[in-house]
Amino acid sequence: MIKADNVVKVFSSRSGEVRAVDGVSTEVARGEVVVVIGPSGSGKSTFLRCINGLETFTEGHIFIDGVDLADKKTNINKIRAEVGMVFQQFNLFPHKTVLENLTLAQCRVRKRSKKVADEKAQALLKKVGIPEKAGEYPSRLSGGQQQRVAIARALAMDPKVMLFDEPTSALDPEMVGEVLDVMKQLAREGMTMIVVTHEMGFAREVADRVIFMDEGKVVEVGTPEHFFTNPQEERAKLFLKQVL
Amino acid sequence: MKAREKTWPWRLLLVVILLGIAAGTWGAVSKIDYKWRWYRVPQYFMYLAEDAQKIPFDGKVTAVVKGNKNTKVTVVSESAETKTIQVTSDTLKVSEGEDLFAGDTVGFTKTWRLGPLMLGLWTTLWLSAISSVFALILGLLTGIARVSKNITLRGLAMVYVECIRGTPLLVQIFIAYFFLGTVFNLSRNVCGVGALALFAGAYVAEIVRAGVQSIPKGQMEASRSLGMTAFQTMKDIILPQAFKKILPPLSGQFISLIKDSSLVSVIAITDLTKSGREIITSTFATFEVWIVVAAMYLLVTSVLSQLVFYMERRLAVSD
Ligand SMILES: Nc1ncnc2c1ncn2[C@@H]1O[C@H](COP(=O)(O)OP(=O)(O)OP(=O)(O)O)[C@@H](O)[C@H]1O
Ligand SMILES: [Mg+2]
Repeated sequence: MIKADNVVKVFSSRSGEVRAVDGVSTEVARGEVVVVIGPSGSGKSTFLRCINGLETFTEGHIFIDGVDLADKKTNINKIRAEVGMVFQQFNLFPHKTVLENLTLAQCRVRKRSKKVADEKAQALLKKVGIPEKAGEYPSRLSGGQQQRVAIARALAMDPKVMLFDEPTSALDPEMVGEVLDVMKQLAREGMTMIVVTHEMGFAREVADRVIFMDEGKVVEVGTPEHFFTNPQEERAKLFLKQVL
Repeated sequence: MKAREKTWPWRLLLVVILLGIAAGTWGAVSKIDYKWRWYRVPQYFMYLAEDAQKIPFDGKVTAVVKGNKNTKVTVVSESAETKTIQVTSDTLKVSEGEDLFAGDTVGFTKTWRLGPLMLGLWTTLWLSAISSVFALILGLLTGIARVSKNITLRGLAMVYVECIRGTPLLVQIFIAYFFLGTVFNLSRNVCGVGALALFAGAYVAEIVRAGVQSIPKGQMEASRSLGMTAFQTMKDIILPQAFKKILPPLSGQFISLIKDSSLVSVIAITDLTKSGREIITSTFATFEVWIVVAAMYLLVTSVLSQLVFYMERRLAVSD
Protein backbone atom coordinates (compact mmCIF):
# COMPACT_ATOMS: atom_id res chain seq x y z
CA MET A 1 0.00 0.00 0.00
CA ILE A 2 2.67 2.48 1.11
CA LYS A 3 6.34 1.82 0.70
CA ALA A 4 9.00 4.28 1.82
CA ASP A 5 12.46 3.56 0.52
CA ASN A 6 15.38 5.31 2.12
CA VAL A 7 13.60 8.68 2.36
CA VAL A 8 15.83 11.65 3.19
CA LYS A 9 14.60 15.18 3.79
CA VAL A 10 17.18 17.91 4.32
CA PHE A 11 16.16 21.42 5.34
CA SER A 12 18.88 23.92 4.60
CA SER A 13 18.71 27.25 6.32
CA ARG A 14 21.17 29.97 7.24
CA SER A 15 22.16 28.15 10.40
CA GLY A 16 23.08 25.03 8.44
CA GLU A 17 21.49 21.80 7.30
CA VAL A 18 18.95 19.75 9.22
CA ARG A 19 18.47 16.14 8.21
CA ALA A 20 14.86 16.05 9.42
CA VAL A 21 14.23 12.62 7.89
CA ASP A 22 17.35 10.56 7.47
CA GLY A 23 16.98 7.35 5.50
CA VAL A 24 13.59 6.06 6.59
CA SER A 25 12.41 2.84 4.98
CA THR A 26 9.16 1.15 5.90
CA GLU A 27 6.13 -0.54 4.45
CA VAL A 28 2.52 -0.20 5.45
CA ALA A 29 0.07 -2.88 4.34
CA ARG A 30 -3.58 -2.31 3.52
CA GLY A 31 -5.65 -2.08 6.70
CA GLU A 32 -2.63 -1.74 8.93
CA VAL A 33 -2.50 0.84 11.72
CA VAL A 34 0.99 2.18 12.30
CA VAL A 35 1.77 4.49 15.19
CA VAL A 36 4.87 6.68 14.94
CA ILE A 37 6.33 7.95 18.18
CA GLY A 38 9.48 9.75 19.11
CA PRO A 39 10.81 12.82 20.86
CA SER A 40 10.12 16.33 19.60
CA GLY A 41 12.10 17.23 16.50
CA SER A 42 12.69 13.62 15.52
CA GLY A 43 11.15 14.15 12.09
CA LYS A 44 7.77 12.46 12.58
CA SER A 45 5.74 15.31 11.11
CA THR A 46 8.17 15.83 8.28
CA PHE A 47 7.99 12.15 7.32
CA LEU A 48 4.20 12.23 7.37
CA ARG A 49 4.15 15.38 5.25
CA CYS A 50 6.43 13.73 2.72
CA ILE A 51 3.90 10.91 2.29
CA ASN A 52 1.24 13.26 0.93
CA GLY A 53 3.62 15.55 -0.87
CA LEU A 54 3.26 18.60 1.40
CA GLU A 55 7.02 18.33 1.70
CA THR A 56 9.22 17.27 -1.21
CA PHE A 57 11.91 14.89 -0.05
CA THR A 58 15.55 15.17 -1.01
CA GLU A 59 16.33 11.52 -1.70
CA GLY A 60 14.62 8.15 -1.85
CA HIS A 61 11.23 6.98 -3.01
CA ILE A 62 7.73 6.77 -1.59
CA PHE A 63 5.31 4.48 -3.42
CA ILE A 64 1.60 4.79 -2.83
CA ASP A 65 -0.25 1.93 -4.45
CA GLY A 66 2.76 1.51 -6.68
CA VAL A 67 2.94 5.16 -7.79
CA ASP A 68 6.27 6.83 -7.06
CA LEU A 69 6.01 10.29 -5.48
CA ALA A 70 9.61 11.04 -6.46
CA ASP A 71 8.66 10.62 -10.12
CA LYS A 72 8.21 14.08 -11.68
CA LYS A 73 5.40 12.78 -13.88
CA THR A 74 3.25 11.81 -10.90
CA ASN A 75 0.19 14.01 -10.50
CA ILE A 76 0.54 15.00 -6.86
CA ASN A 77 -3.05 16.24 -6.59
CA LYS A 78 -4.33 12.80 -7.56
CA ILE A 79 -2.19 11.18 -4.86
CA ARG A 80 -3.30 13.65 -2.22
CA ALA A 81 -6.94 12.91 -2.89
CA GLU A 82 -6.17 9.30 -1.95
CA VAL A 83 -4.22 10.24 1.16
CA GLY A 84 -6.27 11.94 3.88
CA MET A 85 -4.46 14.11 6.40
CA VAL A 86 -5.53 15.33 9.81
CA PHE A 87 -3.51 18.14 11.38
CA GLN A 88 -2.74 19.06 14.96
CA GLN A 89 -4.33 22.48 14.44
CA PHE A 90 -7.47 21.11 12.67
CA ASN A 91 -7.10 23.66 9.84
CA LEU A 92 -10.80 23.82 9.07
CA PHE A 93 -11.82 26.47 6.57
CA PRO A 94 -13.19 29.20 8.85
CA HIS A 95 -15.19 30.99 6.16
CA LYS A 96 -17.17 27.90 5.26
CA THR A 97 -19.78 26.03 7.26
CA VAL A 98 -19.07 22.54 8.54
CA LEU A 99 -21.06 21.07 5.67
CA GLU A 100 -19.22 23.19 3.09
CA ASN A 101 -15.91 22.13 4.65
CA LEU A 102 -16.89 18.55 3.89
CA THR A 103 -18.33 19.08 0.43
CA LEU A 104 -15.92 21.55 -1.20
CA ALA A 105 -13.17 19.13 -2.17
CA GLN A 106 -15.69 16.42 -3.03
CA CYS A 107 -17.19 18.70 -5.64
CA ARG A 108 -13.92 20.23 -6.84
CA VAL A 109 -11.65 17.18 -6.84
CA ARG A 110 -13.96 14.16 -7.01
CA LYS A 111 -16.39 16.08 -9.25
CA ARG A 112 -19.37 14.88 -7.26
CA SER A 113 -22.70 16.62 -7.59
CA LYS A 114 -23.80 18.90 -4.76
CA LYS A 115 -26.48 16.43 -3.74
CA VAL A 116 -24.21 13.40 -3.57
CA ALA A 117 -21.57 15.39 -1.69
CA ASP A 118 -24.15 16.66 0.81
CA GLU A 119 -25.42 13.15 1.50
CA LYS A 120 -21.91 11.86 1.98
CA ALA A 121 -21.09 14.77 4.30
CA GLN A 122 -24.20 14.24 6.42
CA ALA A 123 -23.45 10.54 6.75
CA LEU A 124 -19.88 11.28 7.86
CA LEU A 125 -20.97 13.91 10.36
CA LYS A 126 -23.29 11.31 11.85
CA LYS A 127 -20.43 8.88 11.98
CA VAL A 128 -18.20 11.28 13.92
CA GLY A 129 -21.12 12.13 16.18
CA ILE A 130 -22.02 15.73 15.31
CA PRO A 131 -24.78 15.64 12.67
CA GLU A 132 -26.47 18.67 14.26
CA LYS A 133 -23.51 20.99 13.54
CA ALA A 134 -23.70 20.87 9.74
CA GLY A 135 -24.78 24.48 9.36
CA GLU A 136 -22.42 25.98 11.93
CA TYR A 137 -19.19 27.82 11.25
CA PRO A 138 -16.07 26.11 12.68
CA SER A 139 -15.40 28.95 15.15
CA ARG A 140 -18.58 27.96 17.01
CA LEU A 141 -17.33 24.41 17.65
CA SER A 142 -15.22 23.06 20.49
CA GLY A 143 -11.73 21.79 19.68
CA GLY A 144 -12.82 18.17 19.85
CA GLN A 145 -15.73 18.84 17.53
CA GLN A 146 -13.48 20.71 15.13
CA GLN A 147 -11.03 17.85 14.97
CA ARG A 148 -13.85 15.39 14.33
CA VAL A 149 -15.05 17.60 11.49
CA ALA A 150 -11.48 17.62 10.15
CA ILE A 151 -11.43 13.82 10.21
CA ALA A 152 -14.79 13.71 8.45
CA ARG A 153 -13.50 16.18 5.87
CA ALA A 154 -10.57 13.92 5.05
CA LEU A 155 -12.80 10.84 4.98
CA ALA A 156 -15.19 12.51 2.56
CA MET A 157 -12.62 12.02 -0.19
CA ASP A 158 -12.73 8.23 0.34
CA PRO A 159 -8.98 8.09 0.95
CA LYS A 160 -7.06 4.83 0.80
CA VAL A 161 -4.96 5.85 3.77
CA MET A 162 -5.31 8.37 6.58
CA LEU A 163 -2.41 10.26 8.11
CA PHE A 164 -2.78 11.82 11.56
CA ASP A 165 -0.22 14.30 12.88
CA GLU A 166 -0.72 14.57 16.64
CA PRO A 167 -4.48 14.96 16.24
CA THR A 168 -5.12 15.32 19.96
CA SER A 169 -2.17 17.46 21.04
CA ALA A 170 -4.00 20.78 20.70
CA LEU A 171 -7.06 19.58 22.58
CA ASP A 172 -8.17 20.07 26.15
CA PRO A 173 -7.79 16.76 28.01
CA GLU A 174 -11.52 16.16 28.29
CA MET A 175 -11.89 16.25 24.51
CA VAL A 176 -9.10 13.84 23.66
CA GLY A 177 -11.29 10.81 24.22
CA GLU A 178 -13.98 11.74 21.71
CA VAL A 179 -11.41 12.15 18.93
CA LEU A 180 -9.55 8.95 19.81
CA ASP A 181 -12.86 7.08 19.79
CA VAL A 182 -13.50 8.16 16.22
CA MET A 183 -9.99 7.04 15.24
CA LYS A 184 -10.40 3.69 16.98
CA GLN A 185 -13.63 3.10 15.13
CA LEU A 186 -11.87 3.89 11.85
CA ALA A 187 -9.13 1.42 12.70
CA ARG A 188 -11.69 -1.29 13.46
CA GLU A 189 -13.34 -0.66 10.11
CA GLY A 190 -10.07 -1.55 8.42
CA MET A 191 -8.78 1.90 7.40
CA THR A 192 -5.07 2.06 6.69
CA MET A 193 -3.68 4.60 9.14
CA ILE A 194 -0.37 6.20 10.04
CA VAL A 195 -0.69 8.06 13.31
CA VAL A 196 1.86 10.32 14.95
CA THR A 197 0.80 10.62 18.56
CA HIS A 198 1.87 10.84 22.14
CA GLU A 199 -1.19 8.85 23.26
CA MET A 200 0.47 5.63 24.33
CA GLY A 201 -2.86 4.12 25.36
CA PHE A 202 -4.11 4.53 21.82
CA ALA A 203 -0.92 3.00 20.43
CA ARG A 204 -1.26 -0.01 22.72
CA GLU A 205 -4.90 -0.56 21.91
CA VAL A 206 -5.11 -0.20 18.15
CA ALA A 207 -1.62 -0.17 16.65
CA ASP A 208 -0.50 -3.16 14.61
CA ARG A 209 2.98 -1.79 14.65
CA VAL A 210 4.86 0.96 16.47
CA ILE A 211 7.70 2.86 14.83
CA PHE A 212 10.05 4.75 17.11
CA MET A 213 11.95 7.59 15.45
CA ASP A 214 14.80 9.70 16.71
CA GLU A 215 16.93 12.26 14.89
CA GLY A 216 15.27 11.46 11.59
CA LYS A 217 15.96 7.73 11.76
CA VAL A 218 13.79 4.74 12.54
CA VAL A 219 15.35 3.43 15.71
CA GLU A 220 13.03 0.58 16.61
CA VAL A 221 10.01 -1.14 15.08
CA GLY A 222 7.76 -3.67 16.69
CA THR A 223 4.34 -4.76 17.86
CA PRO A 224 2.94 -2.74 20.76
CA GLU A 225 3.54 -5.60 23.23
CA HIS A 226 7.10 -5.91 22.17
CA PHE A 227 7.67 -2.19 22.12
CA PHE A 228 6.07 -1.27 25.41
CA THR A 229 7.24 -4.28 27.42
CA ASN A 230 10.58 -5.18 25.96
CA PRO A 231 12.22 -2.42 23.92
CA GLN A 232 15.71 -3.23 22.69
CA GLU A 233 17.24 0.18 22.00
CA GLU A 234 18.52 2.46 24.73
CA ARG A 235 16.92 5.57 23.24
CA ALA A 236 13.54 3.88 23.05
CA LYS A 237 13.83 2.77 26.66
CA LEU A 238 14.72 6.31 27.70
CA PHE A 239 11.84 7.81 25.76
CA LEU A 240 9.31 5.37 27.19
CA LYS A 241 10.51 6.07 30.69
CA GLN A 242 9.79 9.76 30.12
CA VAL A 243 6.32 9.41 28.62
CA LEU A 244 4.85 6.50 30.56
CA MET B 1 -17.56 49.25 39.61
CA LYS B 2 -16.57 52.39 37.85
CA ALA B 3 -19.37 54.75 36.92
CA ARG B 4 -19.69 55.36 33.20
CA GLU B 5 -17.70 58.40 32.30
CA LYS B 6 -19.68 61.38 31.18
CA THR B 7 -19.14 62.04 27.48
CA TRP B 8 -21.12 65.21 26.95
CA PRO B 9 -18.42 67.64 28.17
CA TRP B 10 -16.08 66.21 25.57
CA ARG B 11 -18.67 66.40 22.85
CA LEU B 12 -19.30 70.00 23.80
CA LEU B 13 -15.60 70.71 23.67
CA LEU B 14 -15.43 69.18 20.20
CA VAL B 15 -18.25 71.43 18.96
CA VAL B 16 -16.63 74.47 20.56
CA ILE B 17 -13.28 73.75 18.92
CA LEU B 18 -14.87 73.22 15.51
CA LEU B 19 -16.89 76.41 15.85
CA GLY B 20 -13.72 78.23 16.95
CA ILE B 21 -11.88 77.08 13.84
CA ALA B 22 -14.79 78.13 11.65
CA ALA B 23 -15.03 81.53 13.32
CA GLY B 24 -11.27 82.05 13.05
CA THR B 25 -11.35 81.26 9.35
CA TRP B 26 -14.32 83.53 8.89
CA GLY B 27 -12.55 86.35 10.69
CA ALA B 28 -9.39 85.95 8.64
CA VAL B 29 -11.31 85.88 5.38
CA SER B 30 -13.36 88.95 6.22
CA LYS B 31 -10.13 90.89 6.83
CA ILE B 32 -9.02 90.42 3.26
CA ASP B 33 -11.01 92.06 0.55
CA TYR B 34 -12.90 89.16 -0.92
CA LYS B 35 -16.37 89.43 -2.29
CA TRP B 36 -18.28 86.18 -1.86
CA ARG B 37 -20.42 85.28 -4.82
CA TRP B 38 -22.14 82.07 -3.81
CA TYR B 39 -25.07 82.88 -6.08
CA ARG B 40 -22.83 82.24 -9.07
CA VAL B 41 -22.19 78.62 -8.14
CA PRO B 42 -25.55 76.82 -8.59
CA GLN B 43 -25.67 77.49 -12.33
CA TYR B 44 -22.58 75.30 -12.71
CA PHE B 45 -24.49 72.35 -11.34
CA MET B 46 -27.53 72.81 -13.56
CA TYR B 47 -28.72 75.58 -15.78
CA LEU B 48 -31.61 76.44 -17.99
CA ALA B 49 -30.27 76.41 -21.54
CA GLU B 50 -31.92 78.50 -24.23
CA ASP B 51 -31.68 77.12 -27.74
CA ALA B 52 -32.65 79.39 -30.59
CA GLN B 53 -35.25 77.90 -32.97
CA LYS B 54 -34.74 79.15 -36.51
CA ILE B 55 -36.69 78.62 -39.69
CA PRO B 56 -34.93 76.90 -42.61
CA PHE B 57 -36.59 78.86 -45.42
CA ASP B 58 -38.18 82.17 -46.33
CA GLY B 59 -41.86 82.19 -45.43
CA LYS B 60 -44.85 83.59 -43.64
CA VAL B 61 -46.18 82.87 -40.19
CA THR B 62 -49.65 81.46 -40.72
CA ALA B 63 -50.59 80.45 -37.21
CA VAL B 64 -49.45 81.08 -33.65
CA VAL B 65 -51.10 78.78 -31.13
CA LYS B 66 -50.32 79.94 -27.63
CA GLY B 67 -50.30 77.28 -24.98
CA ASN B 68 -49.67 77.64 -21.29
CA LYS B 69 -45.96 76.99 -21.47
CA ASN B 70 -45.16 76.40 -25.10
CA THR B 71 -46.30 78.10 -28.24
CA LYS B 72 -46.63 76.43 -31.63
CA VAL B 73 -45.67 78.55 -34.61
CA THR B 74 -46.61 77.38 -38.10
CA VAL B 75 -44.65 78.78 -41.02
CA VAL B 76 -45.45 78.27 -44.70
CA SER B 77 -42.82 78.85 -47.38
CA GLU B 78 -43.34 80.27 -50.85
CA SER B 79 -43.28 76.76 -52.26
CA ALA B 80 -46.13 75.82 -49.84
CA GLU B 81 -43.87 73.90 -47.49
CA THR B 82 -45.20 73.95 -43.90
CA LYS B 83 -43.21 73.72 -40.73
CA THR B 84 -44.38 73.84 -37.14
CA ILE B 85 -41.90 75.04 -34.55
CA GLN B 86 -42.43 74.83 -30.81
CA VAL B 87 -40.89 77.48 -28.56
CA THR B 88 -41.28 78.54 -24.93
CA SER B 89 -44.12 81.05 -24.74
CA ASP B 90 -42.30 83.98 -23.12
CA THR B 91 -39.51 83.88 -25.72
CA LEU B 92 -41.79 84.17 -28.75
CA LYS B 93 -40.36 86.69 -31.22
CA VAL B 94 -42.85 86.58 -34.10
CA SER B 95 -46.53 87.28 -34.61
CA GLU B 96 -49.12 85.95 -37.02
CA GLY B 97 -48.82 87.24 -40.59
CA GLU B 98 -45.20 88.24 -40.27
CA ASP B 99 -42.81 87.57 -43.16
CA LEU B 100 -39.59 85.81 -42.23
CA PHE B 101 -36.31 84.99 -43.94
CA ALA B 102 -34.34 81.78 -43.71
CA GLY B 103 -32.39 81.72 -40.48
CA ASP B 104 -34.64 84.10 -38.59
CA THR B 105 -35.22 83.21 -34.95
CA VAL B 106 -38.78 82.32 -34.06
CA GLY B 107 -38.09 81.97 -30.37
CA PHE B 108 -36.22 79.82 -27.87
CA THR B 109 -36.74 76.51 -26.14
CA LYS B 110 -35.61 76.23 -22.55
CA THR B 111 -34.24 72.96 -21.16
CA TRP B 112 -32.38 72.05 -17.99
CA ARG B 113 -28.81 70.95 -18.65
CA LEU B 114 -26.08 69.57 -16.39
CA GLY B 115 -23.42 72.15 -15.67
CA PRO B 116 -19.66 71.63 -15.80
CA LEU B 117 -19.47 70.65 -12.13
CA MET B 118 -21.81 67.73 -12.67
CA LEU B 119 -20.14 66.73 -15.94
CA GLY B 120 -16.76 66.94 -14.23
CA LEU B 121 -18.03 64.83 -11.35
CA TRP B 122 -19.31 62.27 -13.83
CA THR B 123 -15.92 62.15 -15.54
CA THR B 124 -14.18 61.72 -12.19
CA LEU B 125 -16.57 58.91 -11.26
CA TRP B 126 -16.26 56.83 -14.40
CA LEU B 127 -12.53 57.47 -14.62
CA SER B 128 -12.09 56.23 -11.05
CA ALA B 129 -14.47 53.31 -11.53
CA ILE B 130 -12.74 51.98 -14.63
CA SER B 131 -9.29 52.54 -13.11
CA SER B 132 -10.42 50.73 -9.94
CA VAL B 133 -11.55 47.67 -11.86
CA PHE B 134 -8.26 47.46 -13.74
CA ALA B 135 -6.29 48.22 -10.58
CA LEU B 136 -8.08 45.41 -8.76
CA ILE B 137 -7.38 42.87 -11.51
CA LEU B 138 -3.79 44.02 -11.88
CA GLY B 139 -3.25 44.16 -8.11
CA LEU B 140 -4.74 40.72 -7.59
CA LEU B 141 -2.53 39.13 -10.22
CA THR B 142 0.57 41.00 -9.10
CA GLY B 143 -0.13 40.31 -5.43
CA ILE B 144 -0.42 36.59 -6.09
CA ALA B 145 2.67 36.70 -8.30
CA ARG B 146 4.53 38.28 -5.38
CA VAL B 147 3.92 35.19 -3.23
CA SER B 148 4.32 32.63 -6.02
CA LYS B 149 7.08 30.04 -6.07
CA ASN B 150 8.14 31.08 -9.58
CA ILE B 151 11.16 33.39 -9.42
CA THR B 152 10.42 35.09 -12.76
CA LEU B 153 6.86 35.98 -11.76
CA ARG B 154 8.00 37.15 -8.35
CA GLY B 155 10.75 39.28 -9.91
CA LEU B 156 8.44 40.88 -12.47
CA ALA B 157 5.89 41.71 -9.79
CA MET B 158 8.54 43.18 -7.55
CA VAL B 159 10.03 45.40 -10.26
CA TYR B 160 6.58 46.69 -11.16
CA VAL B 161 5.60 47.44 -7.58
CA GLU B 162 8.89 49.10 -6.73
CA CYS B 163 8.96 51.27 -9.86
CA ILE B 164 5.43 52.52 -9.33
CA ARG B 165 5.74 53.08 -5.61
CA GLY B 166 9.05 54.86 -6.01
CA THR B 167 7.87 57.53 -8.43
CA PRO B 168 5.26 60.29 -8.09
CA LEU B 169 1.88 59.75 -9.72
CA LEU B 170 2.08 63.12 -11.43
CA VAL B 171 5.28 62.08 -13.20
CA GLN B 172 3.72 58.74 -14.14
CA ILE B 173 0.77 60.55 -15.69
CA PHE B 174 3.13 62.74 -17.71
CA ILE B 175 5.09 59.70 -18.88
CA ALA B 176 1.88 57.86 -19.76
CA TYR B 177 0.59 60.80 -21.75
CA PHE B 178 3.63 62.41 -23.37
CA PHE B 179 5.75 59.30 -23.82
CA LEU B 180 3.57 56.18 -24.04
CA GLY B 181 0.64 58.13 -25.40
CA THR B 182 2.73 59.47 -28.26
CA VAL B 183 4.59 56.25 -28.99
CA PHE B 184 1.51 54.03 -29.03
CA ASN B 185 -0.90 56.72 -30.18
CA LEU B 186 -3.24 56.51 -27.19
CA SER B 187 -6.03 58.93 -26.35
CA ARG B 188 -5.72 61.03 -23.23
CA ASN B 189 -8.50 59.11 -21.50
CA VAL B 190 -6.70 55.82 -22.06
CA CYS B 191 -3.50 57.36 -20.73
CA GLY B 192 -5.30 58.76 -17.69
CA VAL B 193 -7.07 55.51 -16.84
CA GLY B 194 -3.93 53.54 -17.55
CA ALA B 195 -1.72 55.66 -15.31
CA LEU B 196 -4.24 55.57 -12.45
CA ALA B 197 -4.78 51.82 -12.78
CA LEU B 198 -1.05 51.08 -12.87
CA PHE B 199 -0.48 53.32 -9.89
CA ALA B 200 -3.28 51.95 -7.71
CA GLY B 201 -2.55 48.39 -8.92
CA ALA B 202 0.88 48.46 -7.30
CA TYR B 203 -0.60 49.42 -3.95
CA VAL B 204 -3.43 46.91 -4.29
CA ALA B 205 -0.79 44.26 -5.02
CA GLU B 206 0.94 44.99 -1.73
CA ILE B 207 -2.37 44.85 0.12
CA VAL B 208 -3.26 41.55 -1.55
CA ARG B 209 0.17 40.12 -0.78
CA ALA B 210 -0.11 41.06 2.88
CA GLY B 211 -3.63 39.61 2.97
CA VAL B 212 -2.61 36.31 1.42
CA GLN B 213 0.40 36.03 3.72
CA SER B 214 -1.78 36.70 6.76
CA ILE B 215 -3.74 33.50 6.14
CA PRO B 216 -2.18 30.70 8.22
CA LYS B 217 -0.10 28.20 6.24
CA GLY B 218 -2.29 25.41 7.54
CA GLN B 219 -5.15 26.57 5.31
CA MET B 220 -3.08 26.05 2.18
CA GLU B 221 -1.83 22.70 3.46
CA ALA B 222 -5.27 21.46 4.45
CA SER B 223 -6.68 22.39 1.07
CA ARG B 224 -3.80 20.88 -0.88
CA SER B 225 -3.93 17.72 1.24
CA LEU B 226 -7.49 17.22 -0.01
CA GLY B 227 -6.19 17.18 -3.57
CA MET B 228 -7.27 20.69 -4.52
CA THR B 229 -4.99 22.41 -7.02
CA ALA B 230 -3.03 25.55 -6.20
CA PHE B 231 -5.48 27.58 -8.27
CA GLN B 232 -8.58 26.12 -6.59
CA THR B 233 -6.99 26.68 -3.19
CA MET B 234 -6.32 30.33 -4.00
CA LYS B 235 -9.81 30.88 -5.33
CA ASP B 236 -11.87 28.96 -2.78
CA ILE B 237 -9.80 29.08 0.40
CA ILE B 238 -7.12 31.76 0.52
CA LEU B 239 -8.57 34.72 -1.38
CA PRO B 240 -12.04 34.68 0.24
CA GLN B 241 -10.43 34.76 3.68
CA ALA B 242 -7.82 37.31 2.62
CA PHE B 243 -10.48 39.49 1.03
CA LYS B 244 -12.30 39.88 4.31
CA LYS B 245 -9.10 41.02 5.98
CA ILE B 246 -8.00 43.41 3.26
CA LEU B 247 -11.35 45.05 2.68
CA PRO B 248 -10.56 48.07 4.92
CA PRO B 249 -7.13 48.87 3.39
CA LEU B 250 -8.45 48.07 -0.07
CA SER B 251 -11.34 50.49 0.25
CA GLY B 252 -8.91 53.09 1.56
CA GLN B 253 -6.90 52.57 -1.61
CA PHE B 254 -9.91 53.08 -3.85
CA ILE B 255 -10.90 56.20 -1.94
CA SER B 256 -7.37 57.44 -2.53
CA LEU B 257 -7.77 56.62 -6.19
CA ILE B 258 -10.80 58.88 -6.46
CA LYS B 259 -8.81 61.71 -4.92
CA ASP B 260 -5.68 60.96 -6.97
CA SER B 261 -7.76 61.03 -10.14
CA SER B 262 -7.77 64.83 -9.78
CA LEU B 263 -4.20 64.75 -11.09
CA VAL B 264 -5.33 63.68 -14.56
CA SER B 265 -6.56 67.25 -15.01
CA VAL B 266 -2.96 68.07 -15.95
CA ILE B 267 -3.36 66.18 -19.22
CA ALA B 268 -6.50 68.12 -20.00
CA ILE B 269 -9.09 65.56 -19.00
CA THR B 270 -12.08 67.58 -17.83
CA ASP B 271 -12.68 65.93 -14.49
CA LEU B 272 -14.13 67.61 -11.43
CA THR B 273 -10.90 69.46 -10.64
CA LYS B 274 -10.38 70.72 -14.18
CA SER B 275 -14.03 71.82 -14.34
CA GLY B 276 -13.46 73.78 -11.16
CA ARG B 277 -10.42 75.50 -12.67
CA GLU B 278 -12.34 76.35 -15.82
CA ILE B 279 -15.26 77.80 -13.88
CA ILE B 280 -12.91 80.00 -11.89
CA THR B 281 -11.47 81.53 -15.05
CA SER B 282 -14.93 82.76 -15.97
CA THR B 283 -16.36 83.65 -12.55
CA PHE B 284 -13.36 84.55 -10.36
CA ALA B 285 -15.30 82.87 -7.52
CA THR B 286 -12.11 81.08 -6.51
CA PHE B 287 -12.93 80.37 -2.89
CA GLU B 288 -16.47 79.23 -3.49
CA VAL B 289 -15.64 76.90 -6.36
CA TRP B 290 -12.76 75.14 -4.61
CA ILE B 291 -14.85 74.71 -1.48
CA VAL B 292 -17.68 73.24 -3.53
CA VAL B 293 -15.30 70.96 -5.43
CA ALA B 294 -13.80 69.72 -2.16
CA ALA B 295 -17.28 69.10 -0.75
CA MET B 296 -18.18 67.05 -3.83
CA TYR B 297 -15.09 64.84 -3.46
CA LEU B 298 -15.88 64.45 0.21
CA LEU B 299 -19.44 63.42 -0.56
CA VAL B 300 -18.33 60.72 -3.00
CA THR B 301 -15.68 59.29 -0.69
CA SER B 302 -18.03 59.25 2.31
CA VAL B 303 -20.67 57.36 0.39
CA LEU B 304 -18.03 54.82 -0.58
CA SER B 305 -16.84 54.49 3.04
CA GLN B 306 -20.37 53.80 4.20
CA LEU B 307 -20.81 51.18 1.50
CA VAL B 308 -17.64 49.39 2.60
CA PHE B 309 -18.69 49.57 6.24
CA TYR B 310 -21.94 47.86 5.31
CA MET B 311 -20.09 45.15 3.36
CA GLU B 312 -17.73 44.48 6.26
CA ARG B 313 -20.68 43.87 8.54
CA ARG B 314 -22.19 41.47 6.02
CA LEU B 315 -18.94 39.51 5.73
CA ALA B 316 -18.49 39.18 9.48
CA VAL B 317 -21.03 36.36 9.81
CA SER B 318 -18.49 33.51 10.03
CA ASP B 319 -16.50 35.07 12.89
N1 LIG C 1 10.18 24.12 7.32
C1 LIG C 1 11.29 23.78 8.01
N2 LIG C 1 12.44 24.45 7.81
C2 LIG C 1 13.56 24.13 8.47
N3 LIG C 1 13.63 23.14 9.38
C3 LIG C 1 12.51 22.44 9.65
C4 LIG C 1 11.28 22.73 8.98
N4 LIG C 1 10.33 21.88 9.44
C5 LIG C 1 10.93 21.10 10.35
N5 LIG C 1 12.25 21.41 10.48
C6 LIG C 1 13.20 20.76 11.35
O1 LIG C 1 13.15 19.39 11.08
C7 LIG C 1 13.26 18.64 12.28
C8 LIG C 1 12.11 17.68 12.40
O2 LIG C 1 10.92 18.40 12.61
P1 LIG C 1 9.49 17.71 12.74
O3 LIG C 1 8.49 18.78 12.83
O4 LIG C 1 9.32 16.71 11.69
O5 LIG C 1 9.61 16.98 14.14
P2 LIG C 1 8.48 16.23 14.95
O6 LIG C 1 9.02 14.88 15.22
O7 LIG C 1 7.20 16.32 14.28
O8 LIG C 1 8.44 17.03 16.30
P3 LIG C 1 7.20 17.40 17.21
O9 LIG C 1 6.93 16.23 18.07
O10 LIG C 1 7.70 18.57 18.01
O11 LIG C 1 6.08 17.77 16.32
C9 LIG C 1 13.35 19.64 13.41
O12 LIG C 1 14.70 19.77 13.78
C10 LIG C 1 12.84 20.91 12.81
O13 LIG C 1 13.52 22.02 13.36
MG1 LIG D 1 5.33 17.31 14.64
